[in-house]
Amino acid sequence: MVPLLYFQLLGAALFGIGFYGVLARRSAVLIVLSIELMLNAVNINLIAAAAYMNGAGRFVAFDGQIIAIFVITVAAAEVGLAFAIILRMYRNRGTVNVDEINLLKW
Amino acid sequence: MQLALFVIVAIFTLGGALGVVATRNVVHAALFLLLSLLGVAGAYLLLLAEFLALVQILIYGGAVTIVVLFAVMLTRSSEYPKITDNPQWPLGLLTATVLSVVLGAAFWLAPETAMQPQAPAFTDLGQSLFTKWALPFEIASLVLLVALIGAIIIARQQNVGPPIGPAAGVSQPEGED
Repeated sequence: MVPLLYFQLLGAALFGIGFYGVLARRSAVLIVLSIELMLNAVNINLIAAAAYMNGAGRFVAFDGQIIAIFVITVAAAEVGLAFAIILRMYRNRGTVNVDEINLLKW
Repeated sequence: MQLALFVIVAIFTLGGALGVVATRNVVHAALFLLLSLLGVAGAYLLLLAEFLALVQILIYGGAVTIVVLFAVMLTRSSEYPKITDNPQWPLGLLTATVLSVVLGAAFWLAPETAMQPQAPAFTDLGQSLFTKWALPFEIASLVLLVALIGAIIIARQQNVGPPIGPAAGVSQPEGED
């Protein structure tokens, strides 16, 4: 049986990779993809905790899985909105490079 | 056996994720993301969450990747190969590594749980979703509706024409509603 720790370490590594993508990338599309990676890392942790800590302490039966369903829902909505904004940005400014999107910068 | 499967799943997930943050080609990045998310679905299967694995494959494999590819197609410009990483990427790498190590150490130091993973029944999951979590469930549906309408309104074509050049759009009057 795989220990819980391995899944948590997998989630931590995936979160770190996504975080690096958000920090280092300049294309808005790639930043959104990296955010998806981070959301999935959180989901791995939620579901691992739901499976292993079922009924332990304050953890009620598989609430983690239900929270993960909500995370997936919000992630889907976020992807739709994010790409609508990117499309709009591209039409108005002709670029998806976030370094050149500086209208709100003073 | 389970450990071998876990190693395979972890290689898929982390390899795909590294591909997303390392490749120069946006389409390749989207396909690497698909690989990584399928690996995550495999991790869900190992955690006995079959329903979540199914949802993951349907939503991410089906919907999100398609949306990403559409967005790449619609914003297809010659600048994609030229947009590389930030000049600050070494700093970002350092920060992300430190974050990963801190998170991993926190998990490492947490008290060990000796429990075995348990599989919830589908019926229990559905019952909990529609009784205890009924209000968040309805709010989630409202969020989806608002996001869809918002996306349509934001992305709607208002003035047909080629996209104007970078930085030229600052003084351009925009077609408002």
